Amino acid sequence: MRALEPWVVDPLQSFLTESSARLTLLMTTSGQVVAQHGFSRSLDVMTAAALGAGIVASTEELARLMGASRFGALVHHGVGQSCLLSAFATPRGRWIGLVVFGPETSVGIVQLFFDQMVQQLMTAAPREQAASPMLAENFESELNASLKALFGR
Amino acid sequence: MSPTEAALDRVTRIPGVRGVLLVTGSDGLVVAEQLMDGVDGRAAAALTASLVGRLSRAAESAGLRPPAFVHVRGDTGSVLAAPAAVDLVLVAVVGPDANVGLARLEMIEAASRLD
Repeated sequence: MRALEPWVVDPLQSFLTESSARLTLLMTTSGQVVAQHGFSRSLDVMTAAALGAGIVASTEELARLMGASRFGALVHHGVGQSCLLSAFATPRGRWIGLVVFGPETSVGIVQLFFDQMVQQLMTAAPREQAASPMLAENFESELNASLKALFGR
Repeated sequence: MSPTEAALDRVTRIPGVRGVLLVTGSDGLVVAEQLMDGVDGRAAAALTASLVGRLSRAAESAGLRPPAFVHVRGDTGSVLAAPAAVDLVLVAVVGPDANVGLARLEMIEAASRLD
C-alpha cells in the first residue's frame, strides 16, 4: 500500500485489513490518485482513476437529472470479483474510493469498513492546509511526482 | 403480513430480543429488520453473514454439514443466527437476560418457513 499523504495510511490500512479488499484506489474527483493498494503498474492506476472519476461524475449527473441527491455508492457485482465505487467528502475536498473485492469477502463487509475508513479520514485529515487547485502547467510534474510516490520509482 | 415480516415478528416478541434481521448470506446486506435503538443493523448484518459463511466453509472442510444455528455469546448479550433458505440468514441480537433456548427454537422454525 502506498499513499501520497501519511495521514491516509492508518485508515486505509485498517480498511484493507478488515475488508480483505484486493485492490483499493483513493483519488480526488478529478482523478488525481491519493493512495493505492494492490496495483502493480502505474498505467493501471491512471486508467482506473480516470474511469472511476468519470463513472462517479456520470452517476452524479444522472442523480441530478433524476432530481435525487447523490448516490451513496455504486457496486458492480461480478462472478470472480466485484467493484465498489463511492464518493465522499473530506476536509481536503471530495474524494472517490474504488475497491475491487472477491468472494472471500462481501459487499456488506466492504461497505461497512469503507464507511469506517471515511470517518477515520475525516478525523485524521489535517485542517490547517486546504487542497491546492491543480493547475495545467503543473499537471505533468505533479502527476510524475505522484506516480513516483505511489510506486517508488 | 408477508412471510418475512411474520418471521421477524415471531422472534421479536421473545423477551430480551433487541433486534432481528434477515440478511443475504453472500452479500451481508439487510433484507428486512426490526431493531431497537442502539443496534447497528448494517454492521450486525455484514459481520454475522460473514461469520456464518466462514463457519459453513469450516464445517464443510471438516466433512460436516453447515451449521443449523450459530450462537455467539458475549458479556452483554448474544448474537444468534439461523441460516434460512438459499443465501438468507435470520439474525437476532439479544440481551444477557433473553431466553436463548426459546429464541433458538423460534428462529429455526421461522427460518424453515422462509424456505
